[in-house]
Amino acid sequence: MSVLIFADQFEGHIKKSSYEALSYGAKLAEMMGTSAEGLVLGTIKDDLSSLGKYGVNKIHHVNDASLDHLDAQQYAAVIADAVKQLQATVVVFSNNLSGKAVAPRLSARLKAGLVAGAVALPDLSNGFVVKKNVFSGKAFAQIAVKTDIKIVALNPNSYSITMVDGTAAINNLTISAGSPRVKITATNKVSGAVPLGEAELVISGGRGLKGPENWGLVEDLANLIGAATACSRAVADAHWRPHHEHVGQTGLAIAPNLYFAIGISGAIQHLAGVNRSKVIVVVNKDPEAPFFKAADYGIVGDAFEVMPKVIEAVRKLKGK
Amino acid sequence: MKILVCISKTPDTTAKIAFTDNNTKFATDGVQWIINPYDEWYALVRALELKEKDPATVLHLVTVGSADTEPIIRKALALGGDEAIRVNADSHDSYYIAAQIAEIARQGQYDLVFTGKETIDYNGSSIGGMVAELLDMPFISLAVKFELAGTTATVTREIEGGEEVAEVNLPMVVSCQKGVAEARIPNMRGIMAARTKPLKVVDPAAAETLTEIVSFTLPPAKAGVKLVPADNPEELVRLLHEEAKII
Repeated sequence: MSVLIFADQFEGHIKKSSYEALSYGAKLAEMMGTSAEGLVLGTIKDDLSSLGKYGVNKIHHVNDASLDHLDAQQYAAVIADAVKQLQATVVVFSNNLSGKAVAPRLSARLKAGLVAGAVALPDLSNGFVVKKNVFSGKAFAQIAVKTDIKIVALNPNSYSITMVDGTAAINNLTISAGSPRVKITATNKVSGAVPLGEAELVISGGRGLKGPENWGLVEDLANLIGAATACSRAVADAHWRPHHEHVGQTGLAIAPNLYFAIGISGAIQHLAGVNRSKVIVVVNKDPEAPFFKAADYGIVGDAFEVMPKVIEAVRKLKGK
Repeated sequence: MKILVCISKTPDTTAKIAFTDNNTKFATDGVQWIINPYDEWYALVRALELKEKDPATVLHLVTVGSADTEPIIRKALALGGDEAIRVNADSHDSYYIAAQIAEIARQGQYDLVFTGKETIDYNGSSIGGMVAELLDMPFISLAVKFELAGTTATVTREIEGGEEVAEVNLPMVVSCQKGVAEARIPNMRGIMAARTKPLKVVDPAAAETLTEIVSFTLPPAKAGVKLVPADNPEELVRLLHEEAKII
């Protein structure tokens, strides 16, 4: 009996969203009175023992280069074997892009109930009940998992990491990985930028900015505070900004600590992608913009007058 | 080439979200229903494009739902597709639904199964992966581009902060999102044709449910926006730093 946390990697580095999953799994193991163990697949450049600071006692590492790239089918098979070998009763994933590919496969393979998009620790007082987002952030559902093995995929940015003193013991796990049926032929990663799905701070622009040439207002603020940049659907559709920056119902759904929206009216479809953000700031010249109803802080004013002053004030604050 | 597209019925994106029966059921009164946007705009339209390129392609739609799902599946048929299959079952358990779709896919020997990236009501993103596992097929999730040459697919998928291109031999399962295709509007000819297209109703296969919904809750209401005068934006920065402690 143990809680097994899948810590996924990209190019040899553990993803930040996996730190949250490790921390969540460690807390859950403590609640269940069992051990928290991480599982890492593929060649790794990080020091895995340092993952102990997220509260896990042990890291099982399947050090096999055929697992360097995500093939959901191969990953699910290897993780299922690990679950059996280690007799894990709960498997925790981050509900990040790899978690969305692998966790459902594992669920079907093991016939183990999955809660995808968990936002809180399970309630163990009456079975195993996990709160998750439904209706695109407009409600929550409490989902009971009825099977012996349970799988939880934790939404990124919904659980605060707790750091502890500790190092994890490394166990090299031998599992036959087979070979991937998916051949990766190219990877195009925007280097240096904070991935939007993992960003804690996000500055976003809408049609109110009038054109791509005015995006300096978004980028300057983002650079000052280390934020990722995003945009509304109208902006992505007009090709002012790349599609991967589009947040909303049909774009990426995010839950950063700060979502700062400039010149976005806040249609319900846009809100569906950002309403889980902890603090929402809206700058819009229309006092009737629906976004103000969902915001924590706001300025009714022209972005072209307001934002340079905001940027200047942040620059002073940061001493830059 | 045989393609199966999974279609789900969801409340309209602007529907009011409320619950009844002691917060255990979604309140459907006055709710407009639509085809789940990801299923319609991306999965279905990309499949239609593949059929237009190769008219010999057989394109079927599948939905798991009770009889009140039929207007939605007819709407989907108005966009295109040869016939639809409705599995007569009502469930909110992803595994149960995936098991039904996998059974249809197995019987129909499809080369390609398309789903939307998630439904906008339960946001599980789970059906595609589960169906792929049950069929022992490769699965590419969150595709933003799908190209086919013979029986080899070149699929671009979203990864954190970028994209990855993968080559996969059919058969396979793909979950589709924005980028794969552009939304279409059905024309009158399509709507007329959809009325007479076959809609088969089949009984569900035996399958377990692994989860159940205990209750729903609504998020706490926001305290209300704190407005800062436009001539004093410095105050906003002070509040974000000292009160919200976020920058």
